[in-house]
Amino acid sequence: MELAISVHDLVKTFGATRALDRLSLEVRAGEIHGFLGPNGAGKTTTLRILLGLARADSGEARLLGGDPWRDAVALHRRLAYVPGDVALWPNLSGGEVIDLLGRLRGGLDPARRAALIERFELDPTKKGRSYSKGNRQKVALVAALASDVELLLLDEPTAGLDPLMEASFRDCLREERGRGRTVLLSSHILDEVEAVCDRVTIIREGRTVETGALADLRHLTHTHLEAELAGPVPAGLDALAGVHELVVDGRSVRCSVDPEALDEVLRRLSAVGVRSLVNQPPTLEELFLRYYDGSAANAPAP
Amino acid sequence: MTSLAGTGALTRVALRRSRILIAVWLAVFGLMANVSAAATRDLYPTLSSLVQAAETINSSTALVALYGRIYDPSSLGAVSLIKLGGFGAVFVAMLAVVLVVRHTRADEEAGRTELLGATAIGRLAPLASALVLVALTNAALALVTFAALAGAGLPVDGSLAFGVAWAGVGLSFGAIAGVAAQVTTSGRAATSLSSIVLAAVYVLRAVGDAADEGAVGALTWLSPIGWGQQFRPYAGNRWWVLLITLGFTGAVGGIAVAIARRRDVGTGLLPTRPGPPVAAGWLSSPFALAWRLQRAAFVGWAASFLLMGALLGSLVSSVSSFLNNPQARELFMKLGGEKVFEDAFIAAELAFGGIAAGAFGIQAVLRLRAEELGERAAPVLSTAVHRLRWAMSHVAIALGGSVVMLLLLGVGAGAVYALQVHDAGQIPRVMGAALAHVPEAWTLIGITLAAYGVSPRLAMAGWAALGAFVVLGELGPLLNLPQWVMDLSPFTHTPKLPGVPVAVTALAVLLAVALALGGAGLAALRRRDLG
Repeated sequence: MELAISVHDLVKTFGATRALDRLSLEVRAGEIHGFLGPNGAGKTTTLRILLGLARADSGEARLLGGDPWRDAVALHRRLAYVPGDVALWPNLSGGEVIDLLGRLRGGLDPARRAALIERFELDPTKKGRSYSKGNRQKVALVAALASDVELLLLDEPTAGLDPLMEASFRDCLREERGRGRTVLLSSHILDEVEAVCDRVTIIREGRTVETGALADLRHLTHTHLEAELAGPVPAGLDALAGVHELVVDGRSVRCSVDPEALDEVLRRLSAVGVRSLVNQPPTLEELFLRYYDGSAANAPAP
Repeated sequence: MTSLAGTGALTRVALRRSRILIAVWLAVFGLMANVSAAATRDLYPTLSSLVQAAETINSSTALVALYGRIYDPSSLGAVSLIKLGGFGAVFVAMLAVVLVVRHTRADEEAGRTELLGATAIGRLAPLASALVLVALTNAALALVTFAALAGAGLPVDGSLAFGVAWAGVGLSFGAIAGVAAQVTTSGRAATSLSSIVLAAVYVLRAVGDAADEGAVGALTWLSPIGWGQQFRPYAGNRWWVLLITLGFTGAVGGIAVAIARRRDVGTGLLPTRPGPPVAAGWLSSPFALAWRLQRAAFVGWAASFLLMGALLGSLVSSVSSFLNNPQARELFMKLGGEKVFEDAFIAAELAFGGIAAGAFGIQAVLRLRAEELGERAAPVLSTAVHRLRWAMSHVAIALGGSVVMLLLLGVGAGAVYALQVHDAGQIPRVMGAALAHVPEAWTLIGITLAAYGVSPRLAMAGWAALGAFVVLGELGPLLNLPQWVMDLSPFTHTPKLPGVPVAVTALAVLLAVALALGGAGLAALRRRDLG
């Protein structure tokens, strides 16, 4: 599998703060990769190292087959970046910024530029100082998406967008993937990541705590079951390892079940006869909370 | 007055944020005042030498236009503070402008005012707190200056009058900057607008003082700098002038308040006009961007240099009125006649041009810092632009711009002077003399770039260096500082052209120092985290 980004054991300290603590990240070519972590986890620092704006203290980072620090200029022709907090020049219009950044990157597609401006309902004649946060973000997004590049590095790009624009943005990302582009999407908007990402990496305090396909990660957490049975609920369910929060009310049962116990629980229920079954797969949010919710003890060893 | 709610709290925050800036400026002002007084006493130990020096200045229209008139030639205080009362007041005004803009429009531009506006803070509180800060600072300035001057042995009442006169200039410009901050939409524009007003009122004073009487002489009374001098410290102490200053401050401050009451946060007086939907073809390189960002300031600086040149050039031929004084005439005739004196005058004024060109270069390099800290560097550096190419775009404007500025100063001064003396040969001569100041301006650019290369937070060292060199140049001769201390300043090494041999080696060494500093800065910038 060809890797667009490969980062291993990256360490970056700012004075006494250890922003990145042996962080690892692998992004495959052609995928949309979710980069998740709470505020201050080290997402932006990682992106700045990948852009060659900051230098890692130790560890290895490769981007599109090159060294992000040494080969910065050559690599930047092949990627586009949208910062989390877009600052524009107060007296340049949005259209000027889009054209300028595109040209500095090596050219942009005018037809695509026009289509994106229409899609995001952006007024390109406004000056930088008069745009709202969301509109500044749109300027940076149009500039990035209209460029003919292999890799998009997006740092919480939808933080200021309204739900309608966010939907447009998701469509755009899927189209980008269709064109064969790779996207690294730093975010903490979970349904956005769930909706568009193929694989995710979750980081916490500068360390990678989980990485993999969303479908695989789901196995790491509970499934919620709600069932109505033909007869009384069998005894002994609570004694099974991996069954939690069991509530029995006559013929109905509610519980959350670890992946490895799911098979056994279903076998026992179907022995009585199942009238109805509601099965909720774990959401990313639960996964997320499990890693972030205070103690690291909740998290399985990486 | 709920619109003023929170003014006290904001004033404390502003004091906390600007305490070092204020303390350093006040210390420098106090030191300059004290040293000027003490040194003048040593320079003119007898009353007759003092009176002679004062009358020499008063008899030269050029010097009166530059510094002002000495209203009591027998008063040690009036003679020793002639420069500080005129030129010094410009820096007092600048401090007020810096403080007001920093705590009003610059905060608003950065979005901090909006953050505050959502709390229990009145609409007028940011402006009011900035004006209170200026009032407190200038009250402290009056006290510090009074103590420094009285401490040097000058009369107590005159010392107090001088301190209050300076504070009056500060108050007036605090109010002017208050209006500028309401009218414009960026801190930079507010500072520029205030500086233009400052330059204009200085010129009003210069023209008024030079004419001395009649309708033209009355121009002095239209200038807050002129009021400071018409206070006449140590020469009558006209306290009633304070009423004019306070009245002006109240009226102009009232205008600022009236605008602030009406406008929305984040806007100015004029609505922002829409820009082009697509970028012009030339806007396609880091240098083009740097030029686009700096061009408005560049044009403003260029116009000022040309005008200042013309103004100085027009004064040159009046310098010979100096020679009405018999001793001076004899001295200069021995040295080579009128020409020598005119050359010395041109050289002295071009030295100011060197300082100003250095200031232009420093602010042009500091755009790099503003771009980086404003997070506008990363979007450019994440494109196919090498960080050194990005940095050099702004540095090129600093280097090339300082040459252009000095050239314009030389052309302005040379052309007007040439017209008056009917000698076209003066144009290239004065131009060449102006260009001799390029190496010192480049040295300041090199210092700023070296500091910025290490860290954006250090970059302000460029201004500190300029300030230190200017203070050294002013105080060094008065304090009889050893030559090696004077040699620290690049200004010491520039030959006082025209009229003296061109010190090629000194200029070459300065250039080499400038390039070495700049190179070190770029090397450091290449290695550090950016954006």
